[in-house]
Amino acid sequence: MRTRKTGRTALVALAVGLASAAGLAQSGLDAPKPNLGQPVSDADIAAWDIHVLPDGTGLPPGSGTPEQGAKIYATKCALCHGPEGKGGTNAALVGGQPLYALTAYILSLNKIIGPTDVMNAQTLPKVRMPNRDGFIPRFPERMPN
Amino acid sequence: MAANRPLHDLQHVEPVAANGLLHRRAFLAGGGALAAAFTGYRLSETAAAQQLADEPWSRKAGLRVEEYGMPSAYEKHVVRTLSNPQAQPRTQHGRTPHHLLHGTITPNGLHFVISHSGNPDVDPSRHRLVIHGLVRRPLVFTLDTLARYPMVSRVAFLECGGNSGLLFSSDPLQANIQAIHGLVSCSEWTGVLLSTLLEETGIDPQAKWVVAEGADSLALHRSVPISKALDDAMIALYQNGERLMPGNGYPMRLFLPGWEGNMNVKYLRRLKLTDQPSLGFYEARTYAPILPGGKAYQFYFLQEVKSFITHPSPGMRMGGPGFYEISGVAYSGNGRIAKVMVSADGGRTWAQAALQEPALPKAFTRFRLPWRWDGQPVVLQSRAWDEGGNAQPTRAEIIARRGQTAKPVTNPMAFPSQHYNGPSSWAVDASGEVRNAYA
Repeated sequence: MRTRKTGRTALVALAVGLASAAGLAQSGLDAPKPNLGQPVSDADIAAWDIHVLPDGTGLPPGSGTPEQGAKIYATKCALCHGPEGKGGTNAALVGGQPLYALTAYILSLNKIIGPTDVMNAQTLPKVRMPNRDGFIPRFPERMPN
Repeated sequence: MAANRPLHDLQHVEPVAANGLLHRRAFLAGGGALAAAFTGYRLSETAAAQQLADEPWSRKAGLRVEEYGMPSAYEKHVVRTLSNPQAQPRTQHGRTPHHLLHGTITPNGLHFVISHSGNPDVDPSRHRLVIHGLVRRPLVFTLDTLARYPMVSRVAFLECGGNSGLLFSSDPLQANIQAIHGLVSCSEWTGVLLSTLLEETGIDPQAKWVVAEGADSLALHRSVPISKALDDAMIALYQNGERLMPGNGYPMRLFLPGWEGNMNVKYLRRLKLTDQPSLGFYEARTYAPILPGGKAYQFYFLQEVKSFITHPSPGMRMGGPGFYEISGVAYSGNGRIAKVMVSADGGRTWAQAALQEPALPKAFTRFRLPWRWDGQPVVLQSRAWDEGGNAQPTRAEIIARRGQTAKPVTNPMAFPSQHYNGPSSWAVDASGEVRNAYA
Protein backbone atom coordinates (compact mmCIF):
# COMPACT_ATOMS: atom_id res chain seq x y z
CA MET A 1 0.00 0.00 0.00
CA ARG A 2 2.70 2.43 1.07
CA THR A 3 4.88 1.48 -1.89
CA ARG A 4 2.06 2.03 -4.36
CA LYS A 5 1.26 5.42 -2.95
CA THR A 6 4.92 6.45 -3.07
CA GLY A 7 5.14 5.27 -6.67
CA ARG A 8 2.09 7.23 -7.72
CA THR A 9 3.33 10.37 -5.99
CA ALA A 10 6.66 10.07 -7.75
CA LEU A 11 4.98 9.60 -11.14
CA VAL A 12 2.86 12.71 -10.67
CA ALA A 13 5.96 14.64 -9.69
CA LEU A 14 7.77 13.35 -12.77
CA ALA A 15 4.90 14.43 -14.98
CA VAL A 16 5.28 18.03 -13.91
CA GLY A 17 9.05 17.82 -13.96
CA LEU A 18 9.50 18.41 -10.24
CA ALA A 19 10.74 14.98 -9.15
CA SER A 20 13.45 15.15 -6.55
CA ALA A 21 16.31 12.67 -6.77
CA ALA A 22 15.36 11.32 -3.36
CA GLY A 23 11.76 10.68 -4.39
CA LEU A 24 12.83 8.87 -7.55
CA ALA A 25 15.30 6.66 -5.72
CA GLN A 26 12.63 5.80 -3.18
CA SER A 27 10.16 4.73 -5.87
CA GLY A 28 12.72 2.71 -7.79
CA LEU A 29 12.25 4.88 -10.91
CA ASP A 30 15.78 6.23 -10.84
CA ALA A 31 17.07 3.64 -13.28
CA PRO A 32 20.69 4.35 -14.17
CA LYS A 33 21.01 5.83 -17.65
CA PRO A 34 23.05 3.68 -20.03
CA ASN A 35 24.81 6.77 -21.42
CA LEU A 36 26.05 4.86 -24.44
CA GLY A 37 25.48 7.61 -27.01
CA GLN A 38 28.72 9.00 -28.43
CA PRO A 39 28.99 12.81 -28.48
CA VAL A 40 29.09 14.07 -32.05
CA SER A 41 30.02 17.50 -33.46
CA ASP A 42 28.26 19.58 -36.08
CA ALA A 43 31.24 18.99 -38.37
CA ASP A 44 30.79 15.22 -38.00
CA ILE A 45 27.10 15.49 -38.95
CA ALA A 46 27.56 18.00 -41.79
CA ALA A 47 27.25 15.47 -44.63
CA TRP A 48 23.93 14.22 -43.25
CA ASP A 49 22.53 17.55 -42.05
CA ILE A 50 20.71 18.39 -45.27
CA HIS A 51 17.41 19.80 -44.04
CA VAL A 52 16.44 23.21 -45.33
CA LEU A 53 13.71 24.56 -43.09
CA PRO A 54 10.91 26.83 -44.39
CA ASP A 55 12.59 29.98 -43.03
CA GLY A 56 15.76 29.21 -45.02
CA THR A 57 17.74 27.73 -42.13
CA GLY A 58 20.19 25.24 -43.57
CA LEU A 59 20.56 26.79 -47.03
CA PRO A 60 24.11 26.46 -48.38
CA PRO A 61 26.20 29.30 -49.91
CA GLY A 62 26.06 29.94 -53.65
CA SER A 63 23.41 31.03 -56.15
CA GLY A 64 21.83 30.09 -59.46
CA THR A 65 19.49 31.25 -62.22
CA PRO A 66 16.81 29.46 -64.26
CA GLU A 67 19.03 29.62 -67.35
CA GLN A 68 21.89 27.80 -65.59
CA GLY A 69 19.38 25.35 -64.15
CA ALA A 70 17.92 24.51 -67.55
CA LYS A 71 21.32 23.26 -68.73
CA ILE A 72 21.87 21.12 -65.64
CA TYR A 73 18.34 19.81 -65.88
CA ALA A 74 18.72 18.77 -69.50
CA THR A 75 21.81 16.68 -68.75
CA LYS A 76 21.05 15.30 -65.27
CA CYS A 77 17.29 15.25 -64.74
CA ALA A 78 15.32 15.16 -67.96
CA LEU A 79 15.85 11.44 -68.54
CA CYS A 80 13.64 10.50 -65.59
CA HIS A 81 11.62 13.66 -65.03
CA GLY A 82 10.90 14.50 -68.67
CA PRO A 83 11.73 17.62 -70.70
CA GLU A 84 10.65 20.75 -68.78
CA GLY A 85 9.66 18.65 -65.78
CA LYS A 86 6.79 16.80 -67.43
CA GLY A 87 6.20 13.30 -68.71
CA GLY A 88 9.00 11.58 -66.81
CA THR A 89 8.74 8.39 -64.80
CA ASN A 90 9.91 9.77 -61.46
CA ALA A 91 8.94 12.62 -59.19
CA ALA A 92 11.84 13.13 -56.78
CA LEU A 93 14.50 15.76 -57.51
CA VAL A 94 18.17 15.98 -56.49
CA GLY A 95 20.06 18.51 -54.36
CA GLY A 96 23.76 19.31 -53.92
CA GLN A 97 25.87 21.89 -55.76
CA PRO A 98 23.36 22.69 -58.54
CA LEU A 99 20.64 23.19 -55.91
CA TYR A 100 19.94 26.89 -56.55
CA ALA A 101 20.08 26.77 -60.34
CA LEU A 102 17.81 23.73 -60.54
CA THR A 103 15.41 25.16 -57.97
CA ALA A 104 15.36 28.43 -59.91
CA TYR A 105 14.69 26.57 -63.16
CA ILE A 106 11.77 24.58 -61.70
CA LEU A 107 10.30 27.70 -60.05
CA SER A 108 10.64 29.55 -63.34
CA LEU A 109 9.01 26.70 -65.30
CA ASN A 110 6.08 27.08 -62.92
CA LYS A 111 6.14 30.90 -63.43
CA ILE A 112 6.69 31.47 -59.70
CA ILE A 113 9.86 33.52 -60.36
CA GLY A 114 11.06 35.37 -63.45
CA PRO A 115 13.44 33.75 -65.96
CA THR A 116 16.38 35.90 -64.82
CA ASP A 117 15.81 35.86 -61.04
CA VAL A 118 18.82 34.76 -58.97
CA MET A 119 18.19 32.26 -56.21
CA ASN A 120 20.41 32.11 -53.12
CA ALA A 121 20.14 31.75 -49.35
CA GLN A 122 18.60 35.24 -49.09
CA THR A 123 16.18 35.24 -52.04
CA LEU A 124 14.91 31.65 -51.95
CA PRO A 125 13.17 31.80 -48.54
CA LYS A 126 11.36 34.98 -49.72
CA VAL A 127 9.75 33.22 -52.70
CA ARG A 128 6.06 32.99 -51.95
CA MET A 129 4.70 29.62 -53.05
CA PRO A 130 1.21 29.88 -54.57
CA ASN A 131 -0.38 27.47 -52.10
CA ARG A 132 1.37 28.85 -49.05
CA ASP A 133 -1.89 29.66 -47.26
CA GLY A 134 -3.68 26.62 -48.64
CA PHE A 135 -2.98 24.25 -45.75
CA ILE A 136 -4.98 23.62 -42.62
CA PRO A 137 -3.90 21.32 -39.81
CA ARG A 138 -6.33 18.42 -39.37
CA PHE A 139 -6.18 18.56 -35.58
CA PRO A 140 -5.08 22.09 -34.54
CA GLU A 141 -5.01 21.01 -30.89
CA ARG A 142 -2.21 18.58 -31.68
CA MET A 143 0.06 21.19 -33.27
CA PRO A 144 3.01 22.45 -31.25
CA ASN A 145 2.47 26.08 -30.21
CA MET B 1 -27.57 -26.63 -19.98
CA ALA B 2 -27.03 -24.48 -23.01
CA ALA B 3 -24.13 -26.59 -24.21
CA ASN B 4 -26.43 -29.56 -24.56
CA ARG B 5 -29.02 -27.74 -26.62
CA PRO B 6 -29.75 -29.81 -29.70
CA LEU B 7 -28.72 -28.57 -33.13
CA HIS B 8 -32.25 -28.14 -34.47
CA ASP B 9 -32.92 -25.56 -31.72
CA LEU B 10 -29.90 -23.50 -32.77
CA GLN B 11 -31.19 -23.24 -36.26
CA HIS B 12 -34.17 -21.43 -34.80
CA VAL B 13 -32.25 -18.97 -32.60
CA GLU B 14 -33.95 -15.59 -32.93
CA PRO B 15 -31.79 -13.06 -34.81
CA VAL B 16 -30.95 -9.82 -32.97
CA ALA B 17 -30.84 -7.77 -36.20
CA ALA B 18 -32.14 -8.12 -39.72
CA ASN B 19 -30.98 -10.80 -42.18
CA GLY B 20 -29.92 -13.39 -39.65
CA LEU B 21 -27.43 -11.63 -37.34
CA LEU B 22 -27.38 -13.63 -34.11
CA HIS B 23 -26.47 -12.56 -30.59
CA ARG B 24 -22.70 -12.32 -30.14
CA ARG B 25 -22.86 -15.01 -27.44
CA ALA B 26 -25.19 -17.36 -29.34
CA PHE B 27 -22.13 -19.30 -30.39
CA LEU B 28 -21.01 -19.80 -26.78
CA ALA B 29 -24.53 -20.76 -25.76
CA GLY B 30 -24.75 -23.26 -28.58
CA GLY B 31 -21.37 -24.84 -27.83
CA GLY B 32 -20.01 -27.41 -30.24
CA ALA B 33 -23.32 -28.04 -31.91
CA LEU B 34 -23.37 -24.59 -33.49
CA ALA B 35 -19.71 -24.91 -34.47
CA ALA B 36 -20.56 -28.07 -36.34
CA ALA B 37 -23.37 -26.27 -38.12
CA PHE B 38 -21.06 -23.56 -39.50
CA THR B 39 -20.28 -23.68 -43.17
CA GLY B 40 -17.25 -22.01 -44.65
CA TYR B 41 -16.44 -19.13 -46.97
CA ARG B 42 -14.92 -20.34 -50.13
CA LEU B 43 -12.21 -18.98 -52.35
CA SER B 44 -12.70 -21.91 -54.73
CA GLU B 45 -14.82 -25.06 -54.96
CA THR B 46 -14.18 -27.53 -52.16
CA ALA B 47 -14.33 -31.30 -52.46
CA ALA B 48 -17.53 -33.07 -51.44
CA ALA B 49 -17.52 -35.36 -48.41
CA GLN B 50 -16.08 -38.80 -49.09
CA GLN B 51 -15.19 -41.95 -47.26
CA LEU B 52 -12.19 -41.32 -45.01
CA ALA B 53 -8.94 -43.20 -45.66
CA ASP B 54 -5.26 -42.73 -44.76
CA GLU B 55 -3.55 -40.33 -47.15
CA PRO B 56 0.08 -40.87 -48.28
CA TRP B 57 1.43 -38.40 -45.70
CA SER B 58 -0.04 -40.51 -42.95
CA ARG B 59 1.91 -43.56 -44.07
CA LYS B 60 5.50 -42.31 -44.36
CA ALA B 61 7.99 -40.05 -42.55
CA GLY B 62 7.63 -36.36 -43.20
CA LEU B 63 9.91 -33.67 -44.56
CA ARG B 64 13.03 -32.02 -43.18
CA VAL B 65 12.69 -29.26 -40.60
CA GLU B 66 13.78 -25.96 -42.18
CA GLU B 67 16.28 -23.48 -40.69
CA TYR B 68 13.79 -20.70 -41.29
CA GLY B 69 10.28 -22.07 -41.57
CA MET B 70 7.99 -21.19 -44.43
CA PRO B 71 4.23 -21.73 -44.68
CA SER B 72 2.88 -24.94 -46.19
CA ALA B 73 3.24 -25.27 -49.95
CA TYR B 74 -0.56 -25.18 -50.05
CA GLU B 75 -0.47 -21.58 -48.77
CA LYS B 76 1.47 -20.14 -51.71
CA HIS B 77 -1.47 -17.90 -52.58
CA VAL B 78 -1.19 -16.13 -49.21
CA VAL B 79 1.04 -13.31 -50.41
CA ARG B 80 1.12 -9.55 -50.71
CA THR B 81 -0.05 -7.98 -53.98
CA LEU B 82 2.53 -5.70 -55.58
CA SER B 83 1.85 -2.42 -57.35
CA ASN B 84 5.24 -2.32 -59.03
CA PRO B 85 6.62 -5.87 -59.30
CA GLN B 86 9.46 -4.88 -61.65
CA ALA B 87 10.71 -2.29 -59.12
CA GLN B 88 10.64 0.52 -61.67
CA PRO B 89 11.86 3.91 -60.38
CA ARG B 90 8.64 4.85 -58.62
CA THR B 91 6.84 3.88 -55.42
CA GLN B 92 6.28 0.20 -54.64
CA HIS B 93 3.35 -1.04 -52.56
CA GLY B 94 2.89 -4.51 -51.08
CA ARG B 95 -0.57 -5.07 -49.58
CA THR B 96 -1.65 -7.37 -46.75
CA PRO B 97 -4.15 -10.16 -47.67
CA HIS B 98 -6.62 -9.64 -44.82
CA HIS B 99 -9.10 -12.10 -46.32
CA LEU B 100 -6.57 -14.91 -45.88
CA LEU B 101 -5.55 -14.05 -42.31
CA HIS B 102 -7.17 -14.30 -38.88
CA GLY B 103 -6.34 -13.09 -35.40
CA THR B 104 -4.68 -9.71 -34.90
CA ILE B 105 -0.97 -10.11 -35.69
CA THR B 106 0.20 -9.76 -39.29
CA PRO B 107 3.00 -12.19 -40.21
CA ASN B 108 6.18 -10.25 -40.96
CA GLY B 109 6.40 -11.35 -44.57
CA LEU B 110 2.84 -10.14 -45.16
CA HIS B 111 3.08 -6.80 -43.33
CA PHE B 112 2.26 -4.05 -45.79
CA VAL B 113 5.22 -2.20 -47.28
CA ILE B 114 5.44 1.07 -49.16
CA SER B 115 8.88 1.92 -50.48
CA HIS B 116 9.21 5.22 -52.30
CA SER B 117 12.72 4.42 -53.53
CA GLY B 118 13.07 0.68 -52.96
CA ASN B 119 14.31 -1.07 -49.83
CA PRO B 120 17.90 0.00 -49.11
CA ASP B 121 20.32 -2.83 -48.29
CA VAL B 122 21.50 -1.42 -44.96
CA ASP B 123 24.57 -2.99 -43.29
CA PRO B 124 23.57 -2.88 -39.60
CA SER B 125 27.20 -2.62 -38.42
CA ARG B 126 27.62 0.64 -40.38
CA HIS B 127 24.23 2.14 -39.63
CA ARG B 128 24.15 5.10 -37.22
CA LEU B 129 21.40 7.08 -35.52
CA VAL B 130 22.19 10.75 -34.84
CA ILE B 131 20.13 12.95 -32.53
CA HIS B 132 21.04 16.63 -32.90
CA GLY B 133 19.69 20.12 -33.42
CA LEU B 134 18.04 21.76 -30.41
CA VAL B 135 19.53 19.35 -27.86
CA ARG B 136 22.02 19.89 -25.07
CA ARG B 137 24.35 17.13 -26.28
CA PRO B 138 24.20 15.78 -29.85
CA LEU B 139 24.74 12.01 -29.73
CA VAL B 140 25.27 9.19 -32.19
CA PHE B 141 24.15 5.61 -31.52
CA THR B 142 25.06 2.30 -33.12
CA LEU B 143 22.67 -0.63 -33.30
CA ASP B 144 24.78 -2.43 -30.70
CA THR B 145 24.59 0.43 -28.22
CA LEU B 146 20.83 0.83 -28.72
CA ALA B 147 20.40 -2.88 -28.02
CA ARG B 148 21.74 -2.27 -24.49
CA TYR B 149 19.05 0.27 -23.59
CA PRO B 150 15.88 -0.63 -21.70
CA MET B 151 13.37 -1.83 -24.31
CA VAL B 152 9.60 -1.89 -24.46
CA SER B 153 7.24 -4.04 -26.52
CA ARG B 154 3.81 -3.05 -27.70
CA VAL B 155 1.32 -4.43 -30.15
CA ALA B 156 0.24 -1.69 -32.52
CA PHE B 157 -1.25 -1.28 -35.95
CA LEU B 158 0.52 0.64 -38.69
CA GLU B 159 -1.56 2.19 -41.46
CA CYS B 160 -0.74 4.17 -44.58
CA GLY B 161 -2.62 7.47 -44.76
CA GLY B 162 -3.79 6.37 -48.22
CA ASN B 163 -5.26 3.05 -47.07
CA SER B 164 -8.93 2.58 -48.09
CA GLY B 165 -8.62 5.57 -50.44
CA LEU B 166 -10.53 3.64 -53.14
CA LEU B 167 -13.70 4.27 -51.11
CA PHE B 168 -13.49 7.91 -52.24
CA SER B 169 -14.39 6.66 -55.75
CA SER B 170 -17.80 7.95 -56.87
CA ASP B 171 -18.82 4.36 -57.64
CA PRO B 172 -17.66 1.29 -55.75
CA LEU B 173 -14.66 -0.17 -57.57
CA GLN B 174 -14.76 -3.95 -57.74
CA ALA B 175 -11.57 -4.98 -55.96
CA ASN B 176 -10.88 -7.29 -53.06
CA ILE B 177 -10.16 -6.30 -49.49
CA GLN B 178 -6.42 -6.57 -50.13
CA ALA B 179 -6.66 -3.79 -52.71
CA ILE B 180 -9.05 -1.70 -50.61
CA HIS B 181 -7.68 -2.12 -47.07
CA GLY B 182 -4.30 -3.85 -47.60
CA LEU B 183 -2.17 -0.92 -46.40
CA VAL B 184 -2.73 -1.56 -42.70
CA SER B 185 -1.14 -4.30 -40.60
CA CYS B 186 -0.50 -5.02 -36.93
CA SER B 187 2.63 -6.29 -35.18
CA GLU B 188 4.33 -6.47 -31.85
CA TRP B 189 7.08 -3.83 -32.02
CA THR B 190 10.05 -3.87 -29.66
CA GLY B 191 12.62 -1.17 -29.22
CA VAL B 192 13.84 1.79 -27.21
CA LEU B 193 11.49 4.64 -26.32
CA LEU B 194 12.62 7.85 -27.98
CA SER B 195 12.05 9.63 -24.66
CA THR B 196 14.81 7.45 -23.14
CA LEU B 197 17.31 8.73 -25.72
CA LEU B 198 16.11 12.34 -25.49
CA GLU B 199 16.71 12.21 -21.74
CA GLU B 200 20.32 11.55 -22.59
CA THR B 201 20.67 14.26 -25.24
CA GLY B 202 18.65 16.80 -23.28
CA ILE B 203 16.09 19.02 -25.00
CA ASP B 204 16.47 22.74 -25.68
CA PRO B 205 13.25 24.49 -24.55
CA GLN B 206 13.02 26.01 -28.07
CA ALA B 207 12.49 22.56 -29.61
CA LYS B 208 8.95 21.94 -30.86
CA TRP B 209 9.47 19.37 -33.57
CA VAL B 210 11.62 16.33 -34.26
CA VAL B 211 12.44 15.97 -37.96
CA ALA B 212 13.06 12.26 -38.59
CA GLU B 213 15.02 11.15 -41.65
CA GLY B 214 15.85 7.78 -43.15
CA ALA B 215 19.03 6.38 -44.68
CA ASP B 216 17.22 5.56 -47.93
CA SER B 217 18.23 7.32 -51.16
CA LEU B 218 15.33 9.77 -50.80
CA ALA B 219 16.35 10.72 -47.27
CA LEU B 220 12.61 10.49 -46.61
CA HIS B 221 11.77 12.74 -43.70
CA ARG B 222 8.77 13.80 -41.65
CA SER B 223 8.23 16.26 -38.81
CA VAL B 224 6.89 14.93 -35.51
CA PRO B 225 5.66 17.18 -32.67
CA ILE B 226 7.93 16.89 -29.64
CA SER B 227 4.90 15.93 -27.53
CA LYS B 228 4.47 12.72 -29.55
CA ALA B 229 8.21 12.06 -29.42
CA LEU B 230 8.05 12.18 -25.61
CA ASP B 231 4.77 10.28 -25.37
CA ASP B 232 5.01 6.82 -26.96
CA ALA B 233 7.42 7.17 -29.89
CA MET B 234 9.82 4.24 -30.19
CA ILE B 235 12.99 3.40 -32.06
CA ALA B 236 11.74 -0.01 -33.17
CA LEU B 237 14.35 -2.74 -33.66
CA TYR B 238 12.19 -5.89 -33.60
CA GLN B 239 8.92 -6.86 -35.23
CA ASN B 240 7.06 -9.88 -33.89
CA GLY B 241 10.21 -11.01 -32.11
CA GLU B 242 12.67 -10.85 -34.98
CA ARG B 243 14.64 -7.96 -36.45
CA LEU B 244 12.63 -5.62 -38.64
CA MET B 245 12.09 -6.78 -42.19
CA PRO B 246 13.98 -4.69 -44.80
CA GLY B 247 10.66 -3.40 -46.13
CA ASN B 248 9.76 -2.24 -42.66
CA GLY B 249 12.93 -0.29 -41.97
CA TYR B 250 15.77 -2.69 -41.09
CA PRO B 251 17.68 -2.15 -38.89
CA MET B 252 15.62 0.54 -37.13
CA ARG B 253 12.59 2.70 -37.70
CA LEU B 254 10.71 5.39 -35.90
CA PHE B 255 7.45 3.93 -34.60
CA LEU B 256 4.63 6.32 -33.69
CA PRO B 257 1.72 4.23 -32.39
CA GLY B 258 -1.55 5.19 -34.04
CA TRP B 259 -0.04 7.78 -36.41
CA GLU B 260 0.12 8.00 -40.20
CA GLY B 261 2.34 5.28 -41.64
CA ASN B 262 4.68 7.52 -43.62
CA MET B 263 5.68 9.38 -40.42
CA ASN B 264 7.08 6.12 -39.01
CA VAL B 265 10.36 6.80 -40.81
CA LYS B 266 12.23 3.64 -41.86
CA TYR B 267 16.01 3.12 -41.91
CA LEU B 268 16.00 5.91 -39.34
CA ARG B 269 19.40 7.61 -39.23
CA ARG B 270 18.76 11.14 -38.03
CA LEU B 271 16.50 12.96 -35.60
CA LYS B 272 16.89 16.73 -35.63
CA LEU B 273 15.10 18.78 -32.99
CA THR B 274 13.87 22.03 -34.52
CA ASP B 275 11.61 24.99 -33.77
CA GLN B 276 9.64 24.50 -37.02
CA PRO B 277 8.47 21.60 -39.19
CA SER B 278 10.53 20.82 -42.30
CA LEU B 279 7.53 20.94 -44.70
CA GLY B 280 9.30 18.33 -46.78
CA PHE B 281 7.88 16.65 -49.89
CA TYR B 282 5.89 14.04 -47.99
CA GLU B 283 4.21 16.47 -45.62
CA ALA B 284 3.77 19.43 -47.97
CA ARG B 285 2.57 17.44 -50.97
CA THR B 286 2.06 13.67 -50.84
CA TYR B 287 0.36 13.36 -47.46
CA ALA B 288 -1.59 16.61 -47.64
CA PRO B 289 -5.02 15.51 -48.90
CA ILE B 290 -6.87 18.21 -50.85
CA LEU B 291 -10.36 19.22 -49.73
CA PRO B 292 -13.28 20.23 -51.97
CA GLY B 293 -12.73 23.97 -51.29
CA GLY B 294 -9.14 23.76 -52.57
CA LYS B 295 -7.41 23.84 -49.19
CA ALA B 296 -5.43 20.81 -48.08
CA TYR B 297 -5.23 19.04 -44.74
CA GLN B 298 -1.68 19.03 -43.45
CA PHE B 299 -0.30 17.30 -40.37
CA TYR B 300 -3.14 14.81 -40.25
CA PHE B 301 -1.06 12.73 -37.81
CA LEU B 302 -3.81 10.38 -36.56
CA GLN B 303 -5.22 7.23 -38.05
CA GLU B 304 -8.78 7.57 -36.77
CA VAL B 305 -11.12 4.84 -35.56
CA LYS B 306 -11.94 2.32 -38.28
CA SER B 307 -13.12 -1.24 -38.86
CA PHE B 308 -13.77 -3.58 -41.75
CA ILE B 309 -15.15 -7.07 -42.15
CA THR B 310 -12.54 -9.49 -43.45
CA HIS B 311 -14.76 -12.59 -43.52
CA PRO B 312 -16.67 -12.49 -45.76
CA SER B 313 -15.24 -9.80 -48.02
CA PRO B 314 -15.16 -9.00 -51.75
CA GLY B 315 -13.73 -11.74 -53.89
CA MET B 316 -15.04 -14.49 -51.60
CA ARG B 317 -18.03 -16.72 -52.27
CA MET B 318 -20.35 -18.04 -49.62
CA GLY B 319 -20.53 -21.83 -49.38
CA GLY B 320 -24.34 -21.84 -49.47
CA PRO B 321 -26.96 -20.74 -46.95
CA GLY B 322 -26.40 -21.61 -43.29
CA PHE B 323 -24.31 -20.53 -40.31
CA TYR B 324 -21.20 -18.38 -40.67
CA GLU B 325 -19.05 -16.28 -38.42
CA ILE B 326 -18.67 -12.68 -39.53
CA SER B 327 -15.19 -11.50 -38.54
CA GLY B 328 -13.08 -8.40 -38.99
CA VAL B 329 -10.63 -5.98 -37.45
CA ALA B 330 -11.15 -2.66 -35.69
CA TYR B 331 -8.51 -0.16 -34.54
CA SER B 332 -8.06 3.45 -33.50
CA GLY B 333 -5.08 5.76 -33.23
CA ASN B 334 -6.87 7.28 -30.24
CA GLY B 335 -6.77 4.19 -28.02
CA ARG B 336 -8.70 0.99 -27.39
CA ILE B 337 -11.68 -0.24 -29.36
CA ALA B 338 -14.74 -0.06 -27.10
CA LYS B 339 -17.50 -1.42 -29.31
CA VAL B 340 -18.13 -2.77 -32.81
CA MET B 341 -21.61 -3.03 -34.29
CA VAL B 342 -22.40 -5.15 -37.37
CA SER B 343 -25.28 -4.71 -39.81
CA ALA B 344 -26.54 -7.12 -42.47
CA ASP B 345 -29.04 -4.70 -43.98
CA GLY B 346 -26.79 -1.85 -45.07
CA GLY B 347 -26.82 -0.02 -41.73
CA ARG B 348 -30.50 0.00 -40.78
CA THR B 349 -30.37 -2.56 -37.94
CA TRP B 350 -27.31 -3.49 -35.92
CA ALA B 351 -26.02 -6.25 -33.66
CA GLN B 352 -23.11 -5.83 -31.24
CA ALA B 353 -20.09 -7.96 -32.13
CA ALA B 354 -17.95 -9.87 -29.62
CA LEU B 355 -14.47 -8.36 -29.17
CA GLN B 356 -11.47 -10.67 -28.84
CA GLU B 357 -9.56 -9.87 -25.66
CA PRO B 358 -7.20 -8.28 -25.00
CA ALA B 359 -8.40 -5.13 -26.78
CA LEU B 360 -5.10 -3.23 -26.74
CA PRO B 361 -4.79 0.52 -27.41
CA LYS B 362 -3.81 1.47 -30.97
CA ALA B 363 -3.85 -2.19 -32.02
CA PHE B 364 -6.03 -4.48 -34.13
CA THR B 365 -9.00 -5.82 -32.19
CA ARG B 366 -10.67 -8.81 -33.82
CA PHE B 367 -14.48 -8.75 -33.73
CA ARG B 368 -16.80 -11.64 -34.45
CA LEU B 369 -20.52 -12.26 -34.78
CA PRO B 370 -22.49 -15.43 -35.56
CA TRP B 371 -24.69 -15.16 -38.63
CA ARG B 372 -27.29 -17.34 -40.25
CA TRP B 373 -27.42 -16.48 -43.93
CA ASP B 374 -30.69 -17.42 -45.55
CA GLY B 375 -29.33 -17.16 -49.09
CA GLN B 376 -30.95 -13.79 -49.86
CA PRO B 377 -28.97 -10.68 -50.90
CA VAL B 378 -27.65 -8.71 -47.91
CA VAL B 379 -25.26 -5.81 -47.32
CA LEU B 380 -22.77 -6.28 -44.46
CA GLN B 381 -21.21 -3.34 -42.61
CA SER B 382 -19.26 -2.80 -39.41
CA ARG B 383 -18.93 0.34 -37.31
CA ALA B 384 -16.43 0.81 -34.48
CA TRP B 385 -16.22 3.11 -31.45
CA ASP B 386 -13.03 3.76 -29.51
CA GLU B 387 -12.63 4.37 -25.79
CA GLY B 388 -12.58 8.13 -26.43
CA GLY B 389 -16.15 7.91 -27.75
CA ASN B 390 -15.04 8.49 -31.36
CA ALA B 391 -17.17 6.60 -33.86
CA GLN B 392 -16.56 5.79 -37.49
CA PRO B 393 -18.38 8.41 -39.54
CA THR B 394 -20.74 7.24 -42.30
CA ARG B 395 -19.47 7.38 -45.86
CA ALA B 396 -21.98 10.17 -46.55
CA GLU B 397 -20.52 12.23 -43.70
CA ILE B 398 -16.98 11.76 -45.01
CA ILE B 399 -17.94 12.60 -48.59
CA ALA B 400 -19.79 15.73 -47.44
CA ARG B 401 -16.60 16.99 -45.80
CA ARG B 402 -13.96 15.52 -48.09
CA GLY B 403 -15.65 15.06 -51.47
CA GLN B 404 -15.36 12.10 -53.82
CA THR B 405 -13.99 11.58 -57.31
CA ALA B 406 -15.80 13.21 -60.26
CA LYS B 407 -15.60 9.96 -62.22
CA PRO B 408 -15.51 6.35 -61.00
CA VAL B 409 -12.01 5.11 -60.20
CA THR B 410 -11.02 2.14 -62.35
CA ASN B 411 -7.42 1.55 -61.18
CA PRO B 412 -7.33 -0.54 -57.98
CA MET B 413 -3.87 0.90 -57.20
CA ALA B 414 -5.12 4.53 -57.29
CA PHE B 415 -5.21 6.89 -54.31
CA PRO B 416 -8.12 9.30 -54.91
CA SER B 417 -7.61 10.75 -51.43
CA GLN B 418 -6.49 9.72 -47.95
CA HIS B 419 -7.67 8.98 -44.43
CA TYR B 420 -10.98 7.29 -45.25
CA ASN B 421 -12.23 5.82 -42.00
CA GLY B 422 -15.89 5.27 -42.85
CA PRO B 423 -17.57 1.90 -43.11
CA SER B 424 -17.04 -0.65 -45.86
CA SER B 425 -20.18 -2.23 -47.30
CA TRP B 426 -19.94 -5.76 -48.61
CA ALA B 427 -22.92 -6.87 -50.70
CA VAL B 428 -23.62 -10.61 -50.77
CA ASP B 429 -25.85 -11.62 -53.69
CA ALA B 430 -28.09 -14.67 -53.93
CA SER B 431 -25.34 -16.67 -55.65
CA GLY B 432 -23.04 -16.01 -52.67
CA GLU B 433 -20.71 -13.59 -54.46
CA VAL B 434 -19.38 -10.80 -52.21
CA ARG B 435 -18.88 -7.39 -53.81
CA ASN B 436 -17.82 -3.90 -52.74
CA ALA B 437 -20.89 -1.64 -52.50
CA TYR B 438 -21.99 1.69 -51.05
CA ALA B 439 -24.92 1.62 -48.64
